[in-house]
Amino acid sequence: MTTMAEQTTNFVDTLRVDNTGKTRKKLKHQLPLGTRIRRAWRLYVLLAPALVWVIIFCYWPMYGVQIAFRDFSPATGLTGGPWVGLKHFVRFVTSYQFELVLKNTVILHMYELLVAFPVPIILALVLNAVRQKRFSRAVQLVTYAPNFISVVVVVGIMVMLLDPQAGVVNNLMGIAGIPTVNFMGEPGWFRHLFVFSGVWQTAGFSAIIYLAALSSVPPELHEAARVDGATRLRRMWHIDLPAIMPIAVILLVLNIGNILSVGFEKVLLMQNPLNLDVSQVIGTYVYQVGLEASIPQYSYATAIGFFNSVVGVVLLLIVNQMARRIAKAGLF
Amino acid sequence: MRTQNRSEVITTQPADREAAVDTATVPRSVRRRGTPRRISEPRSDRLLNVVSVVVLSAIAVSIVYPFVFIASASLSDPGAVNSGEVVLWPIGVNLDAYQAILNYPEIVRGFLNSLLYSGAVMVLGTAIVIAGGYALSRSDLPGRNFFMVVFVITMLFSGGMIPLYLVAQSLGILNTAWAMILPSCMSVWQLIVTRTYFQVTVPKELLECSQLDGATDFSFFFRVVVPLAKPLIAVNCLLFAVASWNAYFNALIYLTDPNLYPLPLVMRNLLIENTYDPSKLTNIDPSQLAQAQQLAAKLKYALIIIACIPPLVAYPFVQKHFVKGMMLGSLKG
Repeated sequence: MTTMAEQTTNFVDTLRVDNTGKTRKKLKHQLPLGTRIRRAWRLYVLLAPALVWVIIFCYWPMYGVQIAFRDFSPATGLTGGPWVGLKHFVRFVTSYQFELVLKNTVILHMYELLVAFPVPIILALVLNAVRQKRFSRAVQLVTYAPNFISVVVVVGIMVMLLDPQAGVVNNLMGIAGIPTVNFMGEPGWFRHLFVFSGVWQTAGFSAIIYLAALSSVPPELHEAARVDGATRLRRMWHIDLPAIMPIAVILLVLNIGNILSVGFEKVLLMQNPLNLDVSQVIGTYVYQVGLEASIPQYSYATAIGFFNSVVGVVLLLIVNQMARRIAKAGLF
Repeated sequence: MRTQNRSEVITTQPADREAAVDTATVPRSVRRRGTPRRISEPRSDRLLNVVSVVVLSAIAVSIVYPFVFIASASLSDPGAVNSGEVVLWPIGVNLDAYQAILNYPEIVRGFLNSLLYSGAVMVLGTAIVIAGGYALSRSDLPGRNFFMVVFVITMLFSGGMIPLYLVAQSLGILNTAWAMILPSCMSVWQLIVTRTYFQVTVPKELLECSQLDGATDFSFFFRVVVPLAKPLIAVNCLLFAVASWNAYFNALIYLTDPNLYPLPLVMRNLLIENTYDPSKLTNIDPSQLAQAQQLAAKLKYALIIIACIPPLVAYPFVQKHFVKGMMLGSLKG
């Protein structure tokens, strides 16, 4: 377990190093580039499948984003159709759905960020502070488990447990004399259910990375603090928390960059005609107009998706800048 | 772990004894000649520990309870479930629901499809990631930084759902099993983690030494790197297989033929869209149809259990490789 967490930490470090690119030193006596490339041909063969995959499944679609600026026609495919400039973007921004969809997306993911970001940190701090190590490890194992099951199962569990007629929650509420609530159909419940089922599923696994950072805190710091009479709570605040701060900042930056795109598969599962007013987010809207509709509007849907990812990248850059200024840590 | 445990008990050296005596944290009763002394815990620490244990137990219960309830419900008498008598343990145990699942062709087919897709994604994906990750870990690969940038860019930008769909369309893989395998058989994140692992665990000296003995990059990769990377291979296999087993969205957009549906999509239709149709059960005579209808809810509970079993079983099995990987990592410093 720890290895994977360490690797994740290393991976975050890698991103930083590679993007500054200043850590590598140049060899003085190098063979000519051509010779080095020819000698390394076997390595290129090993790399080729991965490279081909990204070219086909990442760069080709990126190239295909141009249909957002064209009128797509099935006959000519990704690169055909007349250029229409920003027509589809204008149509989206001026459509009556725009405000609703954007508002839902932002509220849902802000809410999710506010809850789902601090919970793993607190969980890691508490797991690390408990003196019964065996108990703490058992709890860790249990909390990882939901991460390995499908969102379909998680939503399925919710549907079954919260069912107004036969669900156990409503049954128990009935015994306590509380009137039945149709949780999955009530628009007011949608956001809470979405966010807290997400925390239920991922908090344990997200805590791994913080636990790895905590395990690298030198015990001398805690010993010295104890000799000085610091309580556990104070040591958490002054030793443990600063130790995980850099990673927390990086993850926060990444999360905010993803704020408009993550989780729509689950939103789609939880969506029903009753809660559409709060559950229609950009991702599900793209799916609806682009693929589910009887007359798919590929160009329009791509434009919305493109709008989404541009906002995401811009947010990422802004937050990264802020993080670098304020916390002196950031992604790049 | 050892060092952490040791840090819980702080012993004072004889030379410090006089100074330590004055501190209020050392109770008189503990001061005995020759025995190491503990710094007694402040009361707030003990309270904090109790609170932490209680909170963690509550969290663990909140995670375990839904599974226990669903397992019980899938085994209980349908009437008892519907009337809310089943709260924790099953009432009137029987395996009807699981039998019904075996007789429901959609579910069985979905299960087999999912096995096929996850197996293929696991094998292909792990091979691609291990080979690519190793090549990227070599510092003598010309253009390595360029390739890293090529990969990292894809983590920040993406073409989006529709262009990817159109690419799949022009590849001609729509509505085939390939649509479930090819788009998910690589993960840039795992590639980079794998690369980092190789950078840490395969020392340069090992490569130079093998090259002196005449090993090519291929023979070094297959005879030295791959055997060394067993834990990493196991971890990658787990990640690919679980991700593929759990995914429903690709199936939703790429597949139209119900015969190709993987289990999560079948589950979505049955559990969430509520399209259960008892008349689809094979070898059931019409007189039992009413009873089969009653079985519907139970069948859903059983279906959830069935879908959870493979990933939750695979996880502890692979966990020993996580431990091995840790030991390997620490040996190499």
